[in-house]
Amino acid sequence: MVNTKVDLCGITLDNPVIPASGTFGYGYEFAELYDINILGTFSFKGTTREPRFGNPTPRIAECKSGMLNAVGLQNPGVEKVISEELTLLKKVFHKPVMANVSGFSVEEYVEVSERLSACEQVGWIELNVSCPNVHGGGMSFGTSCESVRTVTEAVKKKVKKPLIVKLSPNVTDIAGMAKACEDGGADGISLINTLIGMRIDLKKRAPVLKNVTGGLSGGAIFPIAVRMVYQASSAVSIPVVGMGGVESAEDVIELMLAGATAVEVGAANLVDPFVCKKIVEDLPSVMERYGITSLKKIIGGAKNG
Amino acid sequence: MKNTTVILSENIPLTENVYKAVLTGHNAGVIVPGRFVNIKIDGFFLRRPLSVCDSDENSVTVIYKVVGEGTKAFSELKVGKKLDVLSDLGNGYDTKMSGEKPLLVGGGVGTPPMYMLAKRLIAEKKKPTVILGFNTKKEIFFEEEFLKTGAKVVIATADGSAGVRGFVTDAIKDLDYSYVYACGPEPMLKAVYHASKTSGQFSFEERMGCGFGACMGCSCKTITGYKRICKDGPVLYKEEILW
Repeated sequence: MVNTKVDLCGITLDNPVIPASGTFGYGYEFAELYDINILGTFSFKGTTREPRFGNPTPRIAECKSGMLNAVGLQNPGVEKVISEELTLLKKVFHKPVMANVSGFSVEEYVEVSERLSACEQVGWIELNVSCPNVHGGGMSFGTSCESVRTVTEAVKKKVKKPLIVKLSPNVTDIAGMAKACEDGGADGISLINTLIGMRIDLKKRAPVLKNVTGGLSGGAIFPIAVRMVYQASSAVSIPVVGMGGVESAEDVIELMLAGATAVEVGAANLVDPFVCKKIVEDLPSVMERYGITSLKKIIGGAKNG
Repeated sequence: MKNTTVILSENIPLTENVYKAVLTGHNAGVIVPGRFVNIKIDGFFLRRPLSVCDSDENSVTVIYKVVGEGTKAFSELKVGKKLDVLSDLGNGYDTKMSGEKPLLVGGGVGTPPMYMLAKRLIAEKKKPTVILGFNTKKEIFFEEEFLKTGAKVVIATADGSAGVRGFVTDAIKDLDYSYVYACGPEPMLKAVYHASKTSGQFSFEERMGCGFGACMGCSCKTITGYKRICKDGPVLYKEEILW
């Protein structure tokens, strides 16, 4: 009998598998397919203060082993998320959920985080300072150590629930960014968000995406995620949630060996809506194959050798 | 939504670059006309969403145009190939509002969904007229099949090489109809929207991520709010379209 339980900032997860924000909606599409309570938790669609439509379409482009998206934080705004989405979610998901928060000012990040953290269902705030698809917000907070520390400190002051800061890979020093979050009082960090990419349509001689650039996700970015989780987790003592191109139980274990306490699964959900269920079900046998009795014990295991 | 494994039981060209494929698998069928399937093709990250032309409980017929690498690879697949498919996606056409004499307008590879819709309307004892628009005679497909449904069929070609010369809207002018169903390229939909005298339903296309409502990749703005083409669409009511 293997043990898949991990502890994420004081909350025990039955397993480390977490569908990533923006790839799982508010859970209901998936709850129609399987009991989503088998998941560790999930991170719901990024929430801003005001409702947002996001960017003009096309906002999806395919790549080899991955995809670009430039959705641009479409969401109904924090008020409706609390009054409508979380009410519906309560019916299908009975574990603490991770609330993903984005914004265009420090004040917005603080306000939205405060409001969501007051909801009983919310277990963690995941502060998205790394969305590459919005202008004047998102990633602009997450690409300098100073601004990421400022926003982390401001939110931490007002929010009692565990605060996880989601980092961008579009930086030169990921270890420095991780340290800035820890210095700002973050309880954890998650990474990597998408990498900025672009495709051009040969017939139209124009960018495929109306937004010109988008965030690259999918299997193509997995090795970058492993490297950055390894570097970031070596720089801090707070837990790291790893993500980026995860598609299998083996990938989950690889990111945990790199230093992740839990693992988010993103783009793979869009191609195979059952992928997280399969990963959860596969984990015990894959653990046995590699002689792992408890997942908790392998976190950062690749650094011991 | 249903996730099933199907067998490719037919994959033949109908014109120079339009193909017909039949996917067979237990309970793979689509219930409502106007819905779509999302097919995983080896070597491609995203699935390929294709509208359904016809379906019964255990099979789905799709007609598709080779427009890029994915559809090209699909056209080269041999009969017997196993495919992972998400089936019965989207809202589809509502036939309850059709009235006695619905008008069905399809353009190019927007014509296939009209086939299942015409069959359904005839089964409901209604008298549909189908207008099929193509650029030129050699691009026409499925005319015979449409005639066999018992629907009245009008062909329009832009160059006048077959049927009415001009666009589908040129064929609409003198017709008497109770409701409009349309599927085709956006400029055609827009023209039909303005040319039609009745209420109706229009099917839209957009680049999709997941095809089942999770990623918000294919959202559009409507009078009744933001809609996901894949989940809240692809069919929108005329009254909610922002034109």
